[in-house]
Amino acid sequence: MKELDPIVVLAVFEEMLGAFLWPLVAVVVLGLVAFVVLLARERRVVSRRLVGAEALGVLGGVVALVVMAKVSSSGFTDAGGPADWFLIAAVFGAGLVGSTILVYTLAGWWRAWRGSVGPG
Amino acid sequence: MTPDRQRIIHAAAPLSRERRRFVQILGGMAAGATLAPGAAIAADKVKTKARIVIAGAGAAGLTAASRLAQALDGARITLLDARKEHFYQPGFTLIGAGIKPVGYVVSTTAQYVPAGVELVTESVAEFDPQGNRVVTSSGKAYAYDFLIVATGMQLEYTMIEGMDARLIGQHGIGSIYHGPAAAHATWQAMSAFADRGGRGVFLRPATEMKCAGAPLKYTFITDDYLTRRGQRSKAKIVYNANNKVLFSVPIVSEKVRMLFEERGIEVNYDRVLKAIDPGRRIATFATADGTEEQGYDFIHVIPPMRAPAAIRQSPLPWQSGAWAAEGWLEVDKGTLRHVRYPNVFGVGDIAGVPKGKTAASVKWQVPVAVDHLVAQLGGTTSAARYTGYTSCPLITRLGRAMLVEFDYRNNLVPSFPGVIAPLEELWVTWVMKTMALKPTYLSMLRGRA
Ligand SMILES: Cc1cc2nc3c(=O)[nH]c(=O)nc-3n(C[C@H](O)[C@H](O)[C@H](O)COP(=O)(O)OP(=O)(O)OC[C@H]3O[C@@H](n4cnc5c(N)ncnc54)[C@H](O)[C@@H]3O)c2cc1C
Repeated sequence: MKELDPIVVLAVFEEMLGAFLWPLVAVVVLGLVAFVVLLARERRVVSRRLVGAEALGVLGGVVALVVMAKVSSSGFTDAGGPADWFLIAAVFGAGLVGSTILVYTLAGWWRAWRGSVGPG
Repeated sequence: MTPDRQRIIHAAAPLSRERRRFVQILGGMAAGATLAPGAAIAADKVKTKARIVIAGAGAAGLTAASRLAQALDGARITLLDARKEHFYQPGFTLIGAGIKPVGYVVSTTAQYVPAGVELVTESVAEFDPQGNRVVTSSGKAYAYDFLIVATGMQLEYTMIEGMDARLIGQHGIGSIYHGPAAAHATWQAMSAFADRGGRGVFLRPATEMKCAGAPLKYTFITDDYLTRRGQRSKAKIVYNANNKVLFSVPIVSEKVRMLFEERGIEVNYDRVLKAIDPGRRIATFATADGTEEQGYDFIHVIPPMRAPAAIRQSPLPWQSGAWAAEGWLEVDKGTLRHVRYPNVFGVGDIAGVPKGKTAASVKWQVPVAVDHLVAQLGGTTSAARYTGYTSCPLITRLGRAMLVEFDYRNNLVPSFPGVIAPLEELWVTWVMKTMALKPTYLSMLRGRA
């Protein structure tokens, strides 16, 4: 672990996640594409939907921390220095942003789909 | 290979093989070429008919096989090892700590053997470097142009009077070194001790050993379990150092001394375990001026270690000095090439070099040895040197570890300076140890890290 070139990082993630790596990457990429397309279609950020998504996003952040604690057989009470707080913040942040985008996108497409088939 | 291409590669010779490959791949990406792994690599493979024998298919042997297969075209590479299972040994500590199951460390050797490399499931019984051949346990001889010795080391439990590996898990005796099952039995014995308290005795051998941090880690882990279970006040923990320090790198030794003091772990110096009486639960240590008996309720035995018999009986070990008796291979500490037999390399635990008996060192040793071998086959020379890089994430309690990385000169060589401070007890380091190290190790075996 002395240098971090992208190919090594990819190799390590492949070993870590095995068969899950590429489906996971696909889900993330598809989600992001769906999000971008939604933004382009709506031409604005719907603030009410965003607030709702952010509220659920906080929950997503907490879930990310719990998962992290589980897979590393430890807890954040073990944090001992700045690098630890940074990692906790990063994990929480990733969970928050990821689930906010996910909820926002799902809600947006759900509305668009209902709008196209429903009465109004 | 076109002459043009050849010229470009020769011009790039001062770059290490590693960098060159990376540059080529980047170049390929920039040119919009499809990134077929191996496509860029195949371009600078050295064509050869050389016969290469690798003795031992553990961490170092497998890594060497993968790297040679990537770098050479047409070589006959044979990997010899009687053991079919592969053990991720750094995981033994986590089994002994009760946080990973036995299956976490067990896989098969065959799954890491690269295409084009022949795996023979026999051990080497005789090394004959004068005749450039090895003979297996069934009497079959393999002639070679180059030999890579990667046999690791042998654990010598019976050199402790009264000790036998079969005792692990009984009479309060633990030893995470012996293998996955022993590590699990050690966990059960240690956990029973942590429920009751009593006298816990810890130690390390006076020989060279792999992962010199492991004896310390297991002491810390036991202390933590006693504390968590409310039994610490009913327990006494004693660590017996074989010499006058707790770790060979002074700054690390001092840090551990401070942590032991803080946790109330008593330290004895100059204590080497000589005998054990499991019935009476008494351990006898050699001291500077005699012997000393220590009673125990739990003891973590780490046996003396030395080269496998086939190596010790060969002309390959050091002929004089501290390493002659233990049988470590007489290699140059920078190139890992044998000092007396230039077509022989020694990598991993068997190498007679001042530091580096860890899997992390294998990651830095093997590319150097392989680079020298491949350069020689290609008619060039290599400037690659191993600097003694050794790493050992030192668990100081469940959930925290210190990143300890150093070189031949006892300098700390942190991988993430300014981010992950060395010698600081951190959760990130624990997360790395439990989540990232095994995947990194496995990609090393496949020659990808
Ligand atoms: C409890 C414990 C904790 C550890 N913790 C860490 C850690 O935290 N970090 C770290 O980096 N490292 C750690 N290590 C060290 C690491 O596992 C070793 O340094 C590494 O495995 C060395 O690789 P090697 O190939 O030299 O030896 P090994 O991986 O042991 O492989 C040697 C192979 O050679 C074979 N062999 C033996 N004799 C012969 C023969 N005559 N002919 C043919 N084959 C033969 C054996 O069967 C074996 O498969 C730890 C080790 C232990 C035991």
